[in-house]
Amino acid sequence: MAILNRRIIEENIFKILMLASLAVVLGSLVIIVGLVVINGVPALSIEMLTQTPSGKYYLGQGGGGILNAILGSLFLALPATAIAYLIGLAIALYLQRDFLNPWASGFIRFTLDVLWGIPSIIYGVFCFMFMIMLGMRASLLVGIIALTLLEIPIITRYIDEAISMVPSGLKESAYSLGSTKFETATKVIRRQAFPGILAGVLLGLGRGIGDAASILFTAGSPSDIPTSIFDPTAALPTIIFKFYTSSITVVRQRAYAAAFILLMIVLAISIISRLLTRRFRKHVIK
Amino acid sequence: MTENQIETKNLNVYYHKHNALENVGIKIPAKKLTAIIGPSGCGKTTLLKSFNRLLEIQDEVKISGEILVDGKNILDHKGSEIPDIRKKMGLLSQKPYPLPMSIYENVAYGLRIHHQKKGKELDEIVEHCLQEVGLWNEVKHRLHDPASRLSVGQQQRLCLARAIAVQPEVLLCDEPTSALDPVSAQQIEKLLLKLKTQYTVILVTHTLRQAKRVADYVIFLYFGKVVEQGPANEFFNNPKNPETKAYLAGEIS
Repeated sequence: MAILNRRIIEENIFKILMLASLAVVLGSLVIIVGLVVINGVPALSIEMLTQTPSGKYYLGQGGGGILNAILGSLFLALPATAIAYLIGLAIALYLQRDFLNPWASGFIRFTLDVLWGIPSIIYGVFCFMFMIMLGMRASLLVGIIALTLLEIPIITRYIDEAISMVPSGLKESAYSLGSTKFETATKVIRRQAFPGILAGVLLGLGRGIGDAASILFTAGSPSDIPTSIFDPTAALPTIIFKFYTSSITVVRQRAYAAAFILLMIVLAISIISRLLTRRFRKHVIK
Repeated sequence: MTENQIETKNLNVYYHKHNALENVGIKIPAKKLTAIIGPSGCGKTTLLKSFNRLLEIQDEVKISGEILVDGKNILDHKGSEIPDIRKKMGLLSQKPYPLPMSIYENVAYGLRIHHQKKGKELDEIVEHCLQEVGLWNEVKHRLHDPASRLSVGQQQRLCLARAIAVQPEVLLCDEPTSALDPVSAQQIEKLLLKLKTQYTVILVTHTLRQAKRVADYVIFLYFGKVVEQGPANEFFNNPKNPETKAYLAGEIS
């Protein structure tokens, strides 16, 4: 009886711990989203979404909005994610034992994990250094490069995990139809792993679109919408940083509004990709 | 005497240091059904997968000896020629693995990568292959549905259709009925009997009764060695080796 009681107590303590952990995480999420919505929505206006800032916007006066930063964020994060996806897919496919021996791929995986852990400011400084060396200015291009570098380890490791889950019987099937390694990788494995790949790409995109540190020096923060990849561009995370450090209350509220817009963009991307995943998941072989 | 499609000489396969196949010398006649039997873990699947060099996608596998297909040693072939070797041999695995695409695309896959066939011509061959495996009437209205929605038995027949679409010479079947319900299993068995007139069929099976029902020629493996091989009649009615006798009597399994 005594033993049984101890086991029941053990189980209950564990349940409480799990619930508490969940409460901390969910609670933080609710508080963050709540704060952003409560502070951001009142400061939101149509002009904010449709206009670029006028000269006095940063002083809390005059008309205008943050269209430059909204578009800038998309112009930065979408190409960066697309490039990181292509590079990540190639690396992840190559890491499989069909191509590379396990010793080498283990080492590369370790390297990628280290890269994943590097703070984004380091990527920013790294790209800034090269930018100066090449005599370039802060621009959309350099910003995209910084974000791509930031996203590659995340996307690659996710795709790598997704591909590793592909059953070996499926690979054997593809090979025994006379597929080359390349055909097997691109036509069969990529399709089977697609839901996992998409999840990784999304995660990369989320990280990229929300990151301020890597684009702080590399993309600049002008008031205009960039017209070429050599123009500097503002972005939502940098503008949030800029607004929130202002001494003017109205401007600080706009930081919340910008955060709200960023949140909505990320939400929209998640929903769209969920729908996409459902379309492709039906082909996945269990 | 019929011609031998596949012949091995001193074939040795090592996983790590474990000798999975030891000095295997066998002959597999063309356009017949050859059954490879033996207890589990005796190397049946290893032998089967060595024929289309599928073993090599695993780590730490060493193969030595000769595997002659149509008189040529396929172990001499360079890596870039392996897809051609595999194209000659369709594989039917224990659990069916349709490709992650539609029913139609599963059959069309091989045709697309090897022959660049298109449009109507492709449609016709896909229909023909599905007819061959008796799946056409069940799927003709939903050719563009995902193959993953078919039942396991249907998936196995789809895999067979997919294999014969690339016009192989040999069908390698690795216990293709063991994961199926009795009705589907019987369908597959009948199909193999029908197909052996056009293809050399090699069937790995752990059910002795199945081998008795379908085999023309039998190879008995035990602990990685060939114990006995010969025409099915002789093998089942007049086994020469004491181990074969014991196996047939159910004394070893």
